[in-house]
Amino acid sequence: MKKRNIILTLVAVLLALLFLWFAKENFDAYKVRILNLCAIYTILGLSMNLINGFTGQFALGHAGFMAIGAYTTALLTMPVAVKQQNFFLAPIVEPLKDLTVPFFPALLLGGIFAAVVGFLIGAPALRLKGDYLAIATLGFSEIIRIVITNAQRVTNGALGLKGIPNTTNLWWSYGTAVVTAVFIILLINSSYGRAFKAIREDEIAAESMGISLFKHKVMAFTIGAFFAGVGGGLLGNLLGTIDPLMFRFFLTFNILLIIVLGGMGSITGTIISAFIVTIGLEWLRFLDQSINLGFVVIPGISGLRMVVFSVLLMIVVLFFRHGIMGTNEFSWDKLINRLNKRPLVKGGTK
Amino acid sequence: MALKLFLQDILDVMTPEMFLQHLTNGISLGSLYALVAIGYTMVYGILRLINFAHGDIFMMATYFTFYSIVMFSIPWYVTFILVIIMTGALGMVVEASAYRPLRDAPRISILISAIGASFLLENLAIVIFGGRPKAFPAPELFTKVFMVGSVSVQRLTIIIPVVAVVLLFALLYLINNTKSGMAMRAVSKDHETARLMGVDIDRTISLTFGIGSMLAAVGGMMWGLKFPQIAPLMGVIPGLKCFIAAVVGGIGNIKGAVIGGFILGIGEIMLVALLPSLTGYRDAFAFILLIMILLFKPTGIMGEKITEKV
Repeated sequence: MKKRNIILTLVAVLLALLFLWFAKENFDAYKVRILNLCAIYTILGLSMNLINGFTGQFALGHAGFMAIGAYTTALLTMPVAVKQQNFFLAPIVEPLKDLTVPFFPALLLGGIFAAVVGFLIGAPALRLKGDYLAIATLGFSEIIRIVITNAQRVTNGALGLKGIPNTTNLWWSYGTAVVTAVFIILLINSSYGRAFKAIREDEIAAESMGISLFKHKVMAFTIGAFFAGVGGGLLGNLLGTIDPLMFRFFLTFNILLIIVLGGMGSITGTIISAFIVTIGLEWLRFLDQSINLGFVVIPGISGLRMVVFSVLLMIVVLFFRHGIMGTNEFSWDKLINRLNKRPLVKGGTK
Repeated sequence: MALKLFLQDILDVMTPEMFLQHLTNGISLGSLYALVAIGYTMVYGILRLINFAHGDIFMMATYFTFYSIVMFSIPWYVTFILVIIMTGALGMVVEASAYRPLRDAPRISILISAIGASFLLENLAIVIFGGRPKAFPAPELFTKVFMVGSVSVQRLTIIIPVVAVVLLFALLYLINNTKSGMAMRAVSKDHETARLMGVDIDRTISLTFGIGSMLAAVGGMMWGLKFPQIAPLMGVIPGLKCFIAAVVGGIGNIKGAVIGGFILGIGEIMLVALLPSLTGYRDAFAFILLIMILLFKPTGIMGEKITEKV
């Protein structure tokens, strides 16, 4: 890495920290919440990209893992009194009743629990390929949701949980996002990561080179599930209320949109598009409200926002299949070269 | 011992009349699943693609019926024909806009496009038709109840399986004995060779989507008559279940789809009837069945074995 690039990276990180500090002090609650959501969606996008983009396994079970993480973290962090208020239909099961742990171990446990379930699901399901895998993981995610809805004494069923402590703040969410990104970058550039990519490119070729398909697929899936659980935990403690309906397929779809737009198999692409999608979804809210153009008032149609969003996804898939970054990563060299309008040196930039 | 008690419990709730009652319900639900599952299986057979939007085309058909009868007061027999034609056209439009441009793209892109089309239809339905559920207009002809012995049967319960079987045979005739059917079979075997033999691939695929959507329309209207409440997201769960039915029967195989539909429909009803404590898990039954089938016999009951070539 060139010295210039290191300095540029450090400056960028410093600016980001300054911005976060500024945002925490000066932004209103709504904007802070959107910034938090950006970081959480980054975590979720990165974990899904590890499975779908880097390992090439089209799995759609993310909402289920998020639900596990969110419920575990919420149940472990809620104060005893709030739990009693929540569980008025049926009393909560014994060990959870008086159990309260600090946020960090709760979050970690949420991730670990999601990873265990991910392992149990992945081990049989990853024998499948392509759309079969998609449907099977979607089915598992739906089963998780149905179990949560029916386990009244553990999860409070369809009523959901209210009054979860709002522990997630900008430092928590961005800290976790950075840890996730660094972990996944290190993983992708390790021998495991190369095995993942080999499996994505051609399973049969990878297998004949001595890569264990089962081991690597399950590994990517379990790690992805872990971070999905952590992301879910952060989300639950950001919103303060969760219920099983939140974790429908639609949530998985949102994350899928992020990784498709960012580029399947690009970490920087995922980060950029997590911000674009989250902020875009909020910004498009004006479509649901009435617009006053001065001379004419266009009545708002609720739901139009989602139509526009679905159309955007279709356009991206139909015309810009590789998303923002494709499988490339952001680099200062490319940016500077582009700014200078100088063509890249033939054969690469090295 | 526990098992014996358990069986005793089941026998207590289950008299022969009750059993017949549940069986008729199961068969009529199974026929509905079968009608929609055929659409999935046809598209999968020809394109090797899950048509995620199929459940939403099914939903659209029920709304078309609703508006035709309630807003335009068109008599139901005309409506049914109109709706079948309109839904077929909708299926073709979806194919031409979401699937055709991606014919040579990687499968993952096509899958994402399919999911996108499905969400677009759902959100369009929310915007155009409104999110609140509507009551489906059911002509009395279909909803009358008569008794066979001590089993009460709605006319619909008989009509649905009959319609399903008639359509199944019509479809089998179309596929096995007509020129278009031959083209479909050729395309499903091998796109390139079929093209070289002078088959218009795009037209054939479009036709397949059209026919599949028409069957979904019939399924949708019957569904509306049986469960007379329609909502923009009503197609999601039946859509997934019917896809599961298609997989269970062996995807790509039309008779398999029908068998899968019946297994799913009867299984679901019986599960709830025999083990009332598991009612909340009714929707999970289909997914568990799917996972079992995929793990132990991935090609389904009637499916043929596919070997991968390097």
